[in-house]
Amino acid sequence: MTQATTATRPPATPATGRRRLADREGPLASLFLLPAVVYVVALVGVPFVLAIGFAFSDVTAGDPSYDWAGLDAYRRVFDDPVFWQALRNTLVFTGVSMVLIVVFGKVLANILIADFRGKWLVRFLVLLPWTTPVALSTVSWLWLLDSIFSPIDWLLRQVGLLEGNMYWLGRPSLATASVIAVHVWRLVPLAAVIIMAGLIAIPRDIDEAARVDGAGFWRRMFEVTIPLTMPLIAVAALFGAIFTFTDMAVVYVLTRGGPTNSTQVLASWAFVRGIEGGDVAQGAAIALFLFPLLLAAAVLILRAVRRMQVM
Amino acid sequence: MTRIVEVRGLRKTFDGRHQQVEALRGIDLATEEGEYLVLLGPSGCGKTTLLRTIAGLEQPTEGDVLIGGNVVNELPPRARQVAMVFQSYALYPHKTVLANIVFPLKAERMDRDAREKKARWAADLLGIGRLLDRKPRELSGGERQRVALARAMVREPAVFLLDEPLSNLDAKLRASARDELKRFQQRIGTTTIYVTHDQAEAMGLGDRIAVMDAGQVRQLGRPRDVYDDPADTFVATFIGSPPMNLVRRDGMLVGFRPEHLLPAEVVGAGAVKIPFVVDRIEYLSGDRHVYGTITTLGEATRVIARLPSTVTTPLTAGETADFAVATDRLRFFDPETGDRMDAVPLEWSQP
Ligand SMILES: Nc1ncnc2c1ncn2[C@@H]1O[C@H](COP(=O)(O)OP(=O)(O)OP(=O)(O)O)[C@@H](O)[C@H]1O
Ligand SMILES: [Mg+2]
Repeated sequence: MTQATTATRPPATPATGRRRLADREGPLASLFLLPAVVYVVALVGVPFVLAIGFAFSDVTAGDPSYDWAGLDAYRRVFDDPVFWQALRNTLVFTGVSMVLIVVFGKVLANILIADFRGKWLVRFLVLLPWTTPVALSTVSWLWLLDSIFSPIDWLLRQVGLLEGNMYWLGRPSLATASVIAVHVWRLVPLAAVIIMAGLIAIPRDIDEAARVDGAGFWRRMFEVTIPLTMPLIAVAALFGAIFTFTDMAVVYVLTRGGPTNSTQVLASWAFVRGIEGGDVAQGAAIALFLFPLLLAAAVLILRAVRRMQVM
Repeated sequence: MTRIVEVRGLRKTFDGRHQQVEALRGIDLATEEGEYLVLLGPSGCGKTTLLRTIAGLEQPTEGDVLIGGNVVNELPPRARQVAMVFQSYALYPHKTVLANIVFPLKAERMDRDAREKKARWAADLLGIGRLLDRKPRELSGGERQRVALARAMVREPAVFLLDEPLSNLDAKLRASARDELKRFQQRIGTTTIYVTHDQAEAMGLGDRIAVMDAGQVRQLGRPRDVYDDPADTFVATFIGSPPMNLVRRDGMLVGFRPEHLLPAEVVGAGAVKIPFVVDRIEYLSGDRHVYGTITTLGEATRVIARLPSTVTTPLTAGETADFAVATDRLRFFDPETGDRMDAVPLEWSQP
């Protein structure tokens, strides 16, 4: 009786049964990747192609008709000394910020991995600059560095180091320093978290072996810790560089490139020319100038990450 | 005789998340010049903690650590003249073997030529001279251990601290590495404290053995003493495989090693006769391990007898055989505390 029923019942998991969509990895993968692909194409690919198109045209805000103009836009860009100043500023800002970001990021990472009371609060506070939107936090810096009401000036006056005002954003050298300071302030948390990941991954007994071997703090840092976290320090440095390099919000909000273009960077200059000045072709040409440099940075990041995996 | 390393009343309490862990509960220990002192004990008994406290990687909660007669509690590891080989070897993965070995000398600011010469001397002594340009990940476990040893010895420390340096090696390599380690130490004659939970290693390497349990030293003595005259039931059952048989008998525990429970015909005069109900027999590397029950010595207890291959008395499972233990092989313990008691004559109580 029971035998009869089992015989007529179909097998519990039929080998011939059709596979559901969820079982088929190929189509499923395409399906899940689709939004990302659409997103990248629409928001990165299209603007990029458009920018290339515009850079070789004579499109302006007043005359949006497309005509091929060859390298005309580039000629105009290169003839303008402000472009060269912006390029130099971009490289200086990026270089100096990158070094400072890595140094402070390393220091902060050491603080973050230390074990002390209330470290969760410190960690939270440290990560705050990275989590607030750039434009928003830069506005508060605008107030901190205000030519008349700057609290920093007030503090310096109270301590007796200063009479009158510093005019942080009004003098070329101070404005440069201010822009770099804001970049560093904003990107150090990211670098710290990246470097912290590297520090945590160092086995504890390697550090202890170095202690017993007679190495002091600095020797352990330069001969053991830093070499072992080098791939992640490189990643942190390059992230810092890319974010500084491509950013226009900080410059735009703090100084608008001033005084007299002394803090102008490529991104803000492209915006000034292309959007505010209406010369779309020139704006696109300037913006595209960022591309090869970014590409080189991205390649370096990826290579650093690969080396890390090998180790 | 100078005491290279000494600890006095050492206690170490870790503040855990939920409760406190007492890893060391009052340890007094002193090494003798040039000796090989082995810390032996089950997992979690505090061996590593003791070693790390001596090295200065942990601060004692109470008590003192002395090196060369001076209290070093406040000194950082690098000022203590100790060299440590970690269980994981802790080689610097980004440095070559040579750079690993010279690292402690570099920290001492020895000049380049002198330190390389010394590193090569150490490497040749340990037979790793041809590996100097490799990175640690390109080495086998045994080679890594030797690099770690070379790194430890170039400093000419007052004492070597070795934390289970052989536990990562396979059984065969372990035996040869053990032999090598012993010869190496005899050649350079540096006082060594060696941690292990492997009793064969401890018996083979140690000039003296400190048997530890639950943060305390249960017994300190030569391998012979520890084996033949255990201070308490913990040492008696921890050392020896199979462990010492313990039989409860009015107001005491009577102990004897499996190799001393033998057929009555091979035990001479002055022995306690014990009828032995044989249950099961195992052949292990030539010896016969006989499992069974004895009822006359005290309470009925399952015991193990180990008969060397020279004893050929036929035995059958399920039958009762006449066994005996020489009286001078019997050890007596307090059943409450487990501590050793004076010998008691047993003969008269034979049935
Ligand atoms: N950092 C620590 N925090 C809290 N408890 C610890 C810490 N280190 C060790 N302990 C505890 O102290 C006790 C002794 O540990 P220890 O590492 O000294 O044991 P061990 O004898 O070396 O063991 P094994 O043979 O397994 O290496 C254990 O109970 C362990 O859980
Ligand atoms: Mg241990």
